[in-house]
Amino acid sequence: MPKGIGWRISLICIFVLLSFLYLTPTLATKLPSWWGGLLPKDKIHLGLDLQGGTHLVLEVDTQKAVEGSLDIVATDLEDTLTGKNLHFKRISRTGSDKVTLVVYEKGTADAVQKLVKEKYPDYEQSPVFDEGGFVAFNLRINEKDAQDRKDKSVAQALETIRNRIDQFGVSEPVIQREGINHIVVQLPGIKDPQRAIDLIGKTARLEFKMVREDIPPSSTTIPDDAELLKEKTVDPTTGAVNEIPLVLQKKALITGDLLTDAQVRIDSQFNQPYVAIDFSSLGAKLFDQVTAANVGKRFAIVLDNNIYSAPVIRERISGGSAQISGNFTEKTAADLAIVLRAGALPAPVKIIQNETVGPSLGQDSISKGLMAGMIGVLLVIGFMAIYYKLSGLIADFGMVLNILFLMGALAALGATLTLPGIAAIVLLVGMSVDSNVIIFERIREELKLGKSPGAALDAGYDKAFLTVMDSHVTTLITAAVLFQFGTGPVKGFAVSLSLGVIINLFTSLIGTKVIFDMFLHKGTVKKLSI
Amino acid sequence: MELLGKTNIDFIGQRNISFIISAIISIIGIIGVIQITRGAANMGIDFSGGTSMQVRFSKPVPISEARVALHKNGIAKVDLQEIKDSNKLLVKIDKNTTVALGKAAEAVQVAFKKGFPDNAFTVESSTEIGPSIGEKLRKDTLVAVLISLLGIILYIAWRFDFKFGIGAIAATTHDVLAMFAVFFLLNKEINLLFITAVLTIAGYSLTDTVVVFDRIRENLHKNLKGAMDNIFNASINEVLSRTIITSLTTFIAAASLFFFGGEVIHDFSLALLVGIAVGTYSSVFVASPIVVLLENRALKGAKA
Repeated sequence: MPKGIGWRISLICIFVLLSFLYLTPTLATKLPSWWGGLLPKDKIHLGLDLQGGTHLVLEVDTQKAVEGSLDIVATDLEDTLTGKNLHFKRISRTGSDKVTLVVYEKGTADAVQKLVKEKYPDYEQSPVFDEGGFVAFNLRINEKDAQDRKDKSVAQALETIRNRIDQFGVSEPVIQREGINHIVVQLPGIKDPQRAIDLIGKTARLEFKMVREDIPPSSTTIPDDAELLKEKTVDPTTGAVNEIPLVLQKKALITGDLLTDAQVRIDSQFNQPYVAIDFSSLGAKLFDQVTAANVGKRFAIVLDNNIYSAPVIRERISGGSAQISGNFTEKTAADLAIVLRAGALPAPVKIIQNETVGPSLGQDSISKGLMAGMIGVLLVIGFMAIYYKLSGLIADFGMVLNILFLMGALAALGATLTLPGIAAIVLLVGMSVDSNVIIFERIREELKLGKSPGAALDAGYDKAFLTVMDSHVTTLITAAVLFQFGTGPVKGFAVSLSLGVIINLFTSLIGTKVIFDMFLHKGTVKKLSI
Repeated sequence: MELLGKTNIDFIGQRNISFIISAIISIIGIIGVIQITRGAANMGIDFSGGTSMQVRFSKPVPISEARVALHKNGIAKVDLQEIKDSNKLLVKIDKNTTVALGKAAEAVQVAFKKGFPDNAFTVESSTEIGPSIGEKLRKDTLVAVLISLLGIILYIAWRFDFKFGIGAIAATTHDVLAMFAVFFLLNKEINLLFITAVLTIAGYSLTDTVVVFDRIRENLHKNLKGAMDNIFNASINEVLSRTIITSLTTFIAAASLFFFGGEVIHDFSLALLVGIAVGTYSSVFVASPIVVLLENRALKGAKA
């Protein structure tokens, strides 16, 4: 027996066993109860293009997060200065990175500057300047803090989105940060993608604002501290959208971050769903004060600058709970409750990529991909068997081993199979016999020179080795680059291709050779069927 | 069985014809690449940004009626395509449309609902790509193409001497350009999958070239006296059947993808088929004649 047959056969057998072992979770519909411990449990994952689902890339408007925190600083300074009896004309954010404070006289300005220096030591103060006869100065957020704020806003947005998706109920979602301000969300097998997208993309900034009934919405001049927003109502029967404009006080009395819970309830009287909200203790106290001070007036519940409802405060509400009613269906009420519970996004997000594949197309792709694969395999097997006879069958056997090992490797790595990935496997069916073709043609040549089958075989494998190696390396180079740069389906292609190329090198140089060696070592073979 | 017995074809002698053919293919390919970089070719939305949808109706819908339905609802610039043998419609909307990104898919559904109230449809897939993503993908792809070409060139430079290296690189470039030429002429969509196919072929098409080159080098070592053209011709003829058969098996596999793999990878398989065929042609008709030219010139230089 030629040396090395033993270990080569054992190696192949071990790989075959391992492949089946790793493929068991993928192939078995239900794993037996004793399957546990160290035995593999990972399946070959199907890409979104095969199982259907949505792939989203969101861009967080981080600049808005910085502006938001500056708005909070402005509000806080307003309150502090009012508390200290320091009179000011205006405190507001100007531009994207600073708060401008305008006071009436130089003396106040000095006191305010000192106070601000203590309260916000990290901010840069500008020298005082004249603004329309008043004394003003700027408070600028430093570059590092702004960066920090931006960075945190993406992390927060990711957490919030994760919460929302968890509550919405999607199995095995992928939510991860990509680059500086992108968040990738993958929702496999989702039934109603549009609803999920609306849920994820909503900023969900909830505010309670007083209605300024002294200013008619048709008024052309709206003061600085007020704003014009619209209440949208949809007629449930005709679907017509009706917009009612209202002028609101710009400053919010209570915001959504003071909520502790939000639940959908059904109004027993009109059988209409609404969202019941509970405030935190601070929120309850504020709500109590606000309602007590404004009995008989209207306040508006505003979400992302849309008015949901604007009821009249009939009495003081001190229980710490309230309800948001509007034109809800059960679904929209449930979604609103989810976003309120999960909290607002620290900054608006924009969907910059949305790829959705329906389940029917995915199923169609799987069956067609498998069909193409089967036909390809059968044609190649047939061709090789006819052209190279018994040797062709050995090459075919190598190819089948190849596919088995590749599937096993994909399962072991928990890799994702995409439609282009299936295409790569089919392509490999053709490529994997290539090496054998090169080797066989060489063997035929050696036989024509009059060598014995054994000598021709060894010479064929030896001389074809470098050629086979070259063709594999160049394919591997491009596969590796595709893996590095590709996303989604293309990455799946690269994974299958590069694994396949490496495995193919093994099966064609070791796998098929050992079978020939086994046949030939007896020395009885006079003629090679090639 | 043998497909080809002993052949004795004068491949190198045909080089004037093959060079003209290849030059035409390459020029069309270069025009295609220029048009792509200018954004004037049929770009997939993964590079250009925009919206693309695949909608399946329960009853056949003529393209003209679908266009009218979309126009009525404010979607003016739209590219419609029918998928044969099914009531499927591909809808592609440019990023420069009046409909905002993220709303286009919805707007199309609304338009179809209004336009064909008694023809139910399902959206089988929809893709929306913002301009910033398109730009990032374009950049990434360009880098990927450059790195893989560089990798291949470095490998060739290490494995072959200069003249063979030039021949191999010329053949690979030729194959890549030919794929662009075919897709440009057929006005097929240039998308990420196409680029994937191009890179795959860039790696794979070297197989044939390597097979031919290895034999040429082997024969050059054996026989240093014969005329260059003869040694090359003999080598190519010797390995001709394996050059064709290796390509044939892969071609069969790619063809089954093309005919049975479904519409999603239809164009991708077409690109592979073109690439495999051209790759075989170029190893015989481009790579080898170029090396002959370089060798002959070197010989002349040595004599003079």
